[in-house]
Order: sequence, then structure tokens, then C-alpha cells
Amino acid sequence: MQYPSDINIILVPCTGKVDVLHILHAFEKGADGVYAVGCMEGDCHYNSGNLRARKRVEQAQSILETIGIGGERAQMYNLSSSEGPRFAQIAAEMDEKIRNLGPNPIKLAKKKAA
Amino acid sequence: MIVADRKPIEEIIEEIKEHEKILILGCNECVTVCEAGGKKEVGVLASALRMYFLNQGRDVKLDEITLERQCDHEYLEEIRDVIDQYDAVVSLACGVGVQFMAEKYHTMPVYPGVNTCFLGVTEKRGVWTERCQACGQCILARTGGICPVSRCAKRILNGPCGGSTQGSCEINKEISCAWQLIIDRLKALDRLDDYEQIDPIKDWSTDRAGGPRKVEREDVQQ
Repeated sequence: MQYPSDINIILVPCTGKVDVLHILHAFEKGADGVYAVGCMEGDCHYNSGNLRARKRVEQAQSILETIGIGGERAQMYNLSSSEGPRFAQIAAEMDEKIRNLGPNPIKLAKKKAA
Repeated sequence: MIVADRKPIEEIIEEIKEHEKILILGCNECVTVCEAGGKKEVGVLASALRMYFLNQGRDVKLDEITLERQCDHEYLEEIRDVIDQYDAVVSLACGVGVQFMAEKYHTMPVYPGVNTCFLGVTEKRGVWTERCQACGQCILARTGGICPVSRCAKRILNGPCGGSTQGSCEINKEISCAWQLIIDRLKALDRLDDYEQIDPIKDWSTDRAGGPRKVEREDVQQ
């Protein structure tokens, strides 16, 4: 089972730990896309962590859209821990989506400014 | 607490777009509790603005500081040594904090980052409702602890009016009739006789009708 090599995985105890600030800072540092992968809705071990994560991703999407970075660069996915192939499929899907969108404009702007 | 709501980022961008060194100034009190202007919201706004200006090809310095309060001299003094590094401040405090900041740093442009809404409570996370209009002459002792000034659309002192229907106000079914709440509460307190007392004409001079207000206490002044 393989997934695109330029995806950087950041482990968190639950997607409920993912904050809108984490997502924005990732883009500020040059990430081309960010996606959170949580447990299936209704199956969160902490009851509502993945539902909170979805709201935060949506909040980040709205901010990214407003400032011209593109809201679709942030996404939320749900799958269960036994779905390895689905994980790889999501990674490939996200990788393709971001490649179609092109690099994060912030990364380009930073290079230009340097 | 004072309840505020976030301003749209587009509106803030429009206000500050001519500036190059901007301080985003949060407040640790009410606006932190209502998730509009605390350290977290300062971080989100600053990050979004940094990316926006960078994307516009502009090198804008955007720093983040959150003070304990912006409505007291001693906390606003904490930025005295750094304020000269900026050419504008976006204050995420309530309107009180924004104004006190502007008074204290007379030549520094200060822009509001939130809309100050009312004095209210947290019903549940993400839902805040009004409870007080600071009329300066509290009548809660007579109304079972429920305020007709802030919770009745007409602010009537001997209600309810004819628009009260099945416990709701005529302006919106979602809004409880304050006078129905008062009657229910007086009943629960076994004080329904109090409802029969006609409330005297209220002295509104302590409300906004009397102009900007002031509380002065010599006993605590230094």
C-alpha cells in the first residue's frame, strides 16, 4: 500500500486537537494543502472530536477563501482505522486535487520577497 | 460580560490596508469568553492578515499581543515601550477597550476588530443572549430577577403587552415574553401579589437619555 511521498503526516491524539490556528499556520509556513483525517462520524472515542475538527476545517476554508489562498486547499476526511487502502486513496485524491490547484501562493510570494 | 462578535476579515482589511506595521491587540476578559477577541482570535486574525498581505506582494509587519484588559490604565501601559514600532493597532477588545486605547495613545490609529453587541450571558457554547442594558437604576428586586428593560422589546415596566402570545414576544416567536417570564418566576417565588403593584414611572436620567454616564466614588479614590 503506497501513498504520495510528499504528504507530511502529523499525528494528533484525536482530530478534535486540530485547531484552526494549526491549519492557518501550516499554510503560512508554505503547505500547499492540509487535510484532517478523523474517525467516522459517530465513532469518535472522545464523542465529538471529529465533528469539532470538521467545523474548524470549515472555518479555515472560509478564511483561506476570503484571503485569496483558496478554501479547497483545506479538507476533512473520515475513515476508520482499519481502512488502510482508503487512507492511501484519500492521500492520492488530495495530492491530485492540490497539484491541480498549484502551489500555495504564500510560498511563491515568500520566494519572491526573499 | 460584554458580548462581542467578530468583524468580517474583509472589513478589517479595508480599514488597515494603508498601514505597514500593525499590532493586533487582544483582551483577556469578556471578549475571550465570547470567543471574539482573545489570544486565540488574535492569532487567527493575525495569521490570516499576514497571508493576505503577503499574497498581495506587500511586506506588512503584523504582531500579536493580548493584554489582561484594555479598560484599565495599568494594562494598557504594558505596551507603552513597544507601541512606537507600529503605525496602527487593531484592537479586538470591546468598544470600551478600543476607545480607551485611542485615548491613551492619542496619535496612534486604532481600529476595532469586533462588533460590540450587548451585556449578556453564555446560554451554551456559541450562543450568547442579552440580559442587561445598564440603565443605571436596577429594578430586578421587583421583577423576580428578570429584567423588562433588556428583555422586553418595548421595555415596558407593567406588562405584558397585547403582543404576548403563549409565552412568546410578538416580534419573534423565538424570543420569550419577558413579562411572562416575570409572572412565572413571581409565581414560583410565591410572590404573585407583587405583580399587582403598579410600577412607578422609572427615572430614565440614569439611562443613556441623560447623556454619557459616570460613576464616582470618593471612598475608593486615591
